[in-house]
Amino acid sequence: MKRNFTSPLALSFIVASLIGCAVYTAPTREETLQVVKGSFQDRGIAKLDRLDQSELQVACSEVALTGKELPKDVRARLEKQALATVKLPADGVYLGDFKQGERIAQTGVGLQWSDNDKTVAGGNCYACHQLSPQEIAFGNIGPSLRGYGKQRGNSQAVLSYTWGKLWNSHAYNACSQMPRYGDANILTTAQIKDLMALLLDPNSPVNK
Amino acid sequence: MRGITQVALAGAALALSCTAALAQKETADAIARYRQLLQDGNPAELVVARGEALWKEKRGPKKTSLEQCDLGLGPGVVKAAYAQLPRYFSDTDQVMDYESRIVHCMVTLQGFDRAIAAKNPFSGAGQRQTDMEALTAYGVEESRGVPVNISQDHPKEKAAFDRGQQLFYMRAGPYDFSCASCHGVTGQRIRLQDLPNISQNKEDAARAFTTWPAYRVSQGTLRTMQWRLNDCFRQQRWPEPVFASPATVDLITFLGVNANGAKMDSPSIKR
Repeated sequence: MKRNFTSPLALSFIVASLIGCAVYTAPTREETLQVVKGSFQDRGIAKLDRLDQSELQVACSEVALTGKELPKDVRARLEKQALATVKLPADGVYLGDFKQGERIAQTGVGLQWSDNDKTVAGGNCYACHQLSPQEIAFGNIGPSLRGYGKQRGNSQAVLSYTWGKLWNSHAYNACSQMPRYGDANILTTAQIKDLMALLLDPNSPVNK
Repeated sequence: MRGITQVALAGAALALSCTAALAQKETADAIARYRQLLQDGNPAELVVARGEALWKEKRGPKKTSLEQCDLGLGPGVVKAAYAQLPRYFSDTDQVMDYESRIVHCMVTLQGFDRAIAAKNPFSGAGQRQTDMEALTAYGVEESRGVPVNISQDHPKEKAAFDRGQQLFYMRAGPYDFSCASCHGVTGQRIRLQDLPNISQNKEDAARAFTTWPAYRVSQGTLRTMQWRLNDCFRQQRWPEPVFASPATVDLITFLGVNANGAKMDSPSIKR
């Protein structure tokens, strides 16, 4: 009994300081964003405004950070918005030159601060996808596209879907990892046609 | 002749292996052998020696060496210091990584202007190593074999980790890339380059953190952790991270804490 003299005041102090330790709150997204923006600088064509996130970028960052899925209605809305950005070819011609397409798929430059505004960007498709059989240095972040056209044919539905996927991949999967080649002005319409041919032309090595 | 026959045989074998996966595995194996061969005689040793000499040289307006620099284990202690960085420093009330702390010591001990101390930290390909790279090579060599032990005791250390984690998953820029676009899933590659899953795979995170800085054979130069982040952000199509800026320290804290317990094995040698 002799140590039992803890006063209510001392107890409440101990409790308060325990709570004080326990209530460390992680920095909010806004606080982190402020630190991030203060830590980067313009370099060449890569300007600070690239850190201004779109609604989709914010939502998909949150999904990746927390592991939670997008709410269904948000997903549907983001995909609808992305689909609305897709500009189908005005001349109705979807397929260009698959040989040019192969070159575009092999090239990874564009939009980095080590590039300039005259750099012709590539699609860097092989970084993530398998395509032509003779190229064995392909990545696996995306699915294999070997035989893409052979498996799907050339119906209007396939043409529109594939064009849309290249233009703005989020149209079909809100948090897709694939760059928005058309929507973000990475590739020209002519380059996208060439990639379409690489995927869908029956004579393309992808379909041999 | 035997060599030619072998090449011809290997070529025939390659032609016969009708799946790309097999050819790809052979290529990956060859790269692994190449990396193994590189382990003998790492040119980084020369950079380490120059870094040690620089550390002890009286330099700057105050004509002082860095020998009294406090890297977190007390003034003048370099041994095992790199492995416990980034950490909170009460004298600056900040969490700092090794390279930020070197800038700090160059300013406070040697009297350099901060802008000069932090200027051009990275060498161009094949060029002479910068002082920062040499000093970093020396520091990390002094932690070889030491387990990574990055503290999360101070609230600012916790906040650095949490911001680093948020930044790791932050998608931005014209390509919508985050660090996690490439480093968030186990077993992924860009082309044939294996990508460590830094956020969720303890083994990958440990291997990545403990092998930087590294001598990059393809660039003929030693690269530091600050450079590694810088070049990732270039490829992410982001603007440039300011050298030794808070966000870079946050990210290194996140990576480092995920590697806690693994032994430092750097400077290493990479492709």
